[in-house]
Amino acid sequence: MKLLGLVAVIITGSLLLYASGDFPAWGDANSPANSNQQVSVRYIQDSYAKTKTPNEVTAVLADYRGFDTMFETVVIFVAGIAIIAILSFLGEPNKPRGGDIEEHPETPDLIIVQTCKLVIPIIQLFALYVVAHGHYSPGGGFQGGVMFGASLILWALACGLPAALKRLSEPRALVLSAIGIIIYAGWGFLCMLLGGNFLEYAFTDPLLPEGVEKAHSHGMLIVEIGVAFTVTAIMFVIYANLSSRGRLKGGL
Amino acid sequence: MIWQFDIIILLFLVVTALISLRLKDLLGASIVFGIYSFLICLLWAEMGAVDVAFTEAAVGAGVSTVIMIATVYNTKRRSKD
Repeated sequence: MKLLGLVAVIITGSLLLYASGDFPAWGDANSPANSNQQVSVRYIQDSYAKTKTPNEVTAVLADYRGFDTMFETVVIFVAGIAIIAILSFLGEPNKPRGGDIEEHPETPDLIIVQTCKLVIPIIQLFALYVVAHGHYSPGGGFQGGVMFGASLILWALACGLPAALKRLSEPRALVLSAIGIIIYAGWGFLCMLLGGNFLEYAFTDPLLPEGVEKAHSHGMLIVEIGVAFTVTAIMFVIYANLSSRGRLKGGL
Repeated sequence: MIWQFDIIILLFLVVTALISLRLKDLLGASIVFGIYSFLICLLWAEMGAVDVAFTEAAVGAGVSTVIMIATVYNTKRRSKD
């Protein structure tokens, strides 16, 4: 079996190396991605004028390829659901495989808890900044959501999982993650209701009349907020389940 | 873009990737994998893909390392193969 795996890896790897010879040279001005008729040049030249979003990456991610990003968010949601499903399927909930894990016997360390109390608000504030400022500087829903989720995970590491679950219980986190996708898809359907295509932000202009270009920018912000909700909740749910074998007590 | 810097990071990248594959101790392997994520984040930041570098630093080096360590804690620490 090991030999078979090695042979498969070698064949796939040599095929990939062989195929990479057909790539255009790095930074080649005549390659399809860089030549004038292609989309990338249009993104660079037109994206600011059309969306009023200085960060082109966000403009492409949340506007030009908004449909793609919506399903990326759905993938994260499904990953969290799948982890819960697999871990609750393995054995009975009260008797995990491979022995029991001890519940936190000692009280959490004073210094660690106080440090976390100092640091976590700053992390969360920065995460909100990253989400809200995603179309002016690097960042956006995914990064900000992961950072917000990480602050919850830090609390779980410092005080034990039950303390963190008291702040954000698993059912509530799952509802929150579904709300994120509903915000994203709902904004798309709102565009349809107002007469456009799915996720065609220009048609939401009547809601906040600041011009069609600004409507793109607002649409991106709302979509990023939806992504951040989903990512925050799912990151925490994945950690809570994996660190406690799906039992949601004890844990690290 | 400083190509000497690129070469050094790429060298470390390959070394950490090989180490994390060869280590029998899964806790060590996941920590080395976190280092790998930080290095590739550096490489991306240096090549100008700041958004991707930010995602890699948050997801790859931050949360996924914690999640992997939590999983190792609940399974076996030694790898069998």
